[in-house]
Amino acid sequence: MLADHDESVPHTHPEPGVDPHPPLPQLDRAVRIGIGGPVGSGKTALVAALCRALADELRLAVVTNDIYTTEDADFLKRAGVLDPARIRAVETGCCPHTAIRDDISANLDAVEELEEAFGPLDLVLVESGGDNLTATFSKGLVDQQIFVVDVSGGDKVPRKGGPGVTTADLLVINKTDLAPLVGADLGVMDRDARARRGDLPTIFQSIAEDPHASQVAAWVRHVVAHSRGHEHAGAH
Amino acid sequence: MHSTAYLLLADGRFPSGGHAHSSGLEAAVAAGRVTDLAGLESFLHGRLSYAAPVTAAFTAATHLTASRLGRAPSHTHSDNKVPFLTLDAELEARTVSPALRLASRRQGRALLRAGRLTWPSELYAYLPKHPDGPHQPLALGVTTAAAGLSTEESAHIAAYGVLTGPASAAVRLLGLDPYQVQNLLARLAGACDEIAASAAAVAHKSPEELPAHAAPLADISAEIHATWEVRLFAS
Repeated sequence: MLADHDESVPHTHPEPGVDPHPPLPQLDRAVRIGIGGPVGSGKTALVAALCRALADELRLAVVTNDIYTTEDADFLKRAGVLDPARIRAVETGCCPHTAIRDDISANLDAVEELEEAFGPLDLVLVESGGDNLTATFSKGLVDQQIFVVDVSGGDKVPRKGGPGVTTADLLVINKTDLAPLVGADLGVMDRDARARRGDLPTIFQSIAEDPHASQVAAWVRHVVAHSRGHEHAGAH
Repeated sequence: MHSTAYLLLADGRFPSGGHAHSSGLEAAVAAGRVTDLAGLESFLHGRLSYAAPVTAAFTAATHLTASRLGRAPSHTHSDNKVPFLTLDAELEARTVSPALRLASRRQGRALLRAGRLTWPSELYAYLPKHPDGPHQPLALGVTTAAAGLSTEESAHIAAYGVLTGPASAAVRLLGLDPYQVQNLLARLAGACDEIAASAAAVAHKSPEELPAHAAPLADISAEIHATWEVRLFAS
């Protein structure tokens, strides 16, 4: 029996469709969602799952910030979830957090190039290079950010906090299918995430069990719809 | 002197895209040409001998052109653009490696974005349009003019930037002692000052008369680096 099927563990809280933030300003460009988190937490797999789930209904593109330049972009291209031309890799000079927070110019250039080449777009996903618990995106680069941790990193991660866990618009606790194997207590992670994040949403998921990351995809749809005044998203 | 604006632009934390470029150091490290502090010193002497004079002179010449136009623009926008087109063409001719042209333009585009938002000015519109961006020295020349700096200061920031990019990359790639690297930069300060002064002194010359130093090995290394499947730096 997998731990995340245990009814005593609330998998998701609060309802991910409920956004405690003030509404986004209506944009005349694609919504930009940053996806950050430690190395190996499943960021690229989440991006691939979101492409799988959303590519037919949203006009989307992806920017990757891999430490080794094109590894993640290549993974996504091989996964065949999106036209490879819609995936751009940004070099980060050994400092993945610098490229998403302190000097966002290369990422902005990549986003704008994609919008110019394929626009108008509904959504650009910006995946950070694997970094540490303090790496968050600049508000100058993304509108909303998802922070991804996984249960195999230990159930202490939410308690340790850090700007990613504490302030991200959505916290994703990934690989819940591995919880019994690594002795991670999802109940502890859930309690600590609530304590750290207040009203901000947290989603527990296993992409192995849900290849379309349906809860996260629903959150993304909601964000895109809000930025467009509920008009375009999902309309085609 | 506009000391604080000068320091802002020279600061490695100014968000102008430089952190992703090693200016050839990553290629030199991989080829085993730079392995330690002494190797970095030789590499930086090389940068000072070929890259710095050209970069600083084109920055200073662009600065002077932009500053004059800022004071007394021609009547038509297109007339104002002509001297910048010439500077662009002359610098393009001096940058034979396509990979280095792209690296220069990408850094120029990043600097232009930062400059426009930091010191708004009409001067930026004079730069030639190019899909990859303006060459970095042209972007720096116009940005320093928009920030109200002198031609000497613009040349100084350019020459200093030629050193600090690879020095910072060396700390990250080789784990060199950061104090020793700063000590090395301090020892190169005199040479850097001289190059900046020389560049400012020729800023009034026509673009074809500006320095045209070249380093074939750096060009070849940059072309090879651009083909790597796995690299940490954009150049």
